[in-house]
Amino acid sequence: MAVMTETAAAVPVVQVPKRRSPYPASFFLPAAVIYGVLFLLPTFASLYFSLTRWTLFNSTFIGLDNFAQFLREPFLIKGLINTVLYAVITSGLKVVLGLLLAVLLTSQIAARGYLRSVVFFPVLVSTVGVGITFTILMHPTQGMINEALAVIGIKGPGWLVNPSLALFSVALVDVWKGVGLATVIYIAGIVAIPKDYYEAARIDGSTKWQSFLYVTLPLCRPATVTVILLSFIGGLRTFDLIWAMTRGGPGFASDTVASVIYKQYQAGFYGLSTAGNVVLFILIAVLVVPLTMLLNRREGHE
Amino acid sequence: MSFVRNYWLSAVAIVVSAVVFLIPFSFIILMAFKDKTQAQLLDFSWPQGMHLWSNIVEVVTTRNWMLLTAFINSTILTVASVTLVVILSAMVGFVLQRRKTKFNGLIEFLILAGLMLPPAVVPTIWLLQGLGLFGKLHGLVLIEVAYSLPFSILLYRAFIATIPRELDEAAIIDGARPFDVFFRIVLPLLWPVTVTNIVVQSVAIFNDFTNPLYYLPGNANATVQLTLYNFQSQFSTSYNLLFTNIALITIPPLIVFLFFNRQIVAGMTAGAVKG
Repeated sequence: MAVMTETAAAVPVVQVPKRRSPYPASFFLPAAVIYGVLFLLPTFASLYFSLTRWTLFNSTFIGLDNFAQFLREPFLIKGLINTVLYAVITSGLKVVLGLLLAVLLTSQIAARGYLRSVVFFPVLVSTVGVGITFTILMHPTQGMINEALAVIGIKGPGWLVNPSLALFSVALVDVWKGVGLATVIYIAGIVAIPKDYYEAARIDGSTKWQSFLYVTLPLCRPATVTVILLSFIGGLRTFDLIWAMTRGGPGFASDTVASVIYKQYQAGFYGLSTAGNVVLFILIAVLVVPLTMLLNRREGHE
Repeated sequence: MSFVRNYWLSAVAIVVSAVVFLIPFSFIILMAFKDKTQAQLLDFSWPQGMHLWSNIVEVVTTRNWMLLTAFINSTILTVASVTLVVILSAMVGFVLQRRKTKFNGLIEFLILAGLMLPPAVVPTIWLLQGLGLFGKLHGLVLIEVAYSLPFSILLYRAFIATIPRELDEAAIIDGARPFDVFFRIVLPLLWPVTVTNIVVQSVAIFNDFTNPLYYLPGNANATVQLTLYNFQSQFSTSYNLLFTNIALITIPPLIVFLFFNRQIVAGMTAGAVKG
């Protein structure tokens, strides 16, 4: 209130010119400078540097050679395929498990608060810490997971040392860590559905399963769209978990584009590394933009 | 009937959640209590003797108190970046929501691009070197700010839409300048979403591994996440120390979680649904 009276007293003196907007564009300035210089500028610069052989001090224009190399080298193609595979697996599992958990955690069930907390907590924990922990737990002979499996008579696989399994193992850990976020998004979506709909469905004689199928599922579509997009983009960009767990190994079996970018950067192939970045931009644009349009269009029809 | 089924369902849920989520965390804690030889077995067993304190001392003092330096660095990084992000993005969100111009579409496009696209790493390093910010903590602060802005702006824009325009109009009629309208009237009203934003961004920046790895090389500048990475090879035979380190850097998120559980969930879902 003191603020109001103080400024009110100043009215005759200040006389704000009529044309100046009370919402000045200058408010954009600090954010725009930081974002423009540190994010947009490098992004545009990468389009040029991806076409060069680059040592940070000088660059030689070599056209599309870097991209040609990306499509020629088997381990780089492998990284490309792995990235898409990883994004599809993690986002698919997060949607299914997140929805199931959310339905469970919004139903009448004991210890709901405990369950919500315990599912969500891994989201907040350091990815590298989780990665290292699971690397140990997934140790082929000494790891707890395989020892537990041995007790019930199953010979556990070499989670991270088997080339055809390593990427999936990392994806599973990603789901373990990220499913809590999907769950809370779904919970927010489900609790927003008016109770009347369920009541109407019940009066019409629908079973619990039918209520889920015809009320919950269609009405929490916005949550589904969010979960798919978030985890799909996150999956395409993923780096830290893979780096903490396998470093892209064994061999190149679990390399993704993001880990390839880091490896090429470490090896000093800056041009190639940047080309990897551009490939990742293209991959995200090509996959995510149509996906967004598809998901939003379907939503409009319903 | 239904009560009985829920009873069983609850029991199953609690057991499964304990196996899937609690055991890995208990494993970390148990490992942190063990001595070197027992930790090497990598099994889920009760520690023989209490070695937590000696493990902590050893982890903290390793490499010239690197972990302590790292905690200081991470704290500075988190506090500075979050403060900047909150103020700058609230300003952008405010004007973006209130003022409709032909540039709004472009600005929104750039924000969405920032949410989707990964940063171009090597060109950023090249640029930071040119600006003399590479390998500097304040350089990384600016980087974290740049990368966190899009999400934060969307969060604020959505919230500002719920604050009636009449409020700022009244202040304007009373002669308040734009600066005062924002900092003395609008910003205080944004407090609930600001708390959420602070919590979500702090956790994200404190846990960030990739950006310090690229933009802040060198042991002197290590952040807590990098200590884990650096110790991974050094402690490859002393798992007790590695897990003590993991346990120690999990404490700050745990504290935040205990106090701000609700805000975190609200922020992540609100921001996510809007984004």
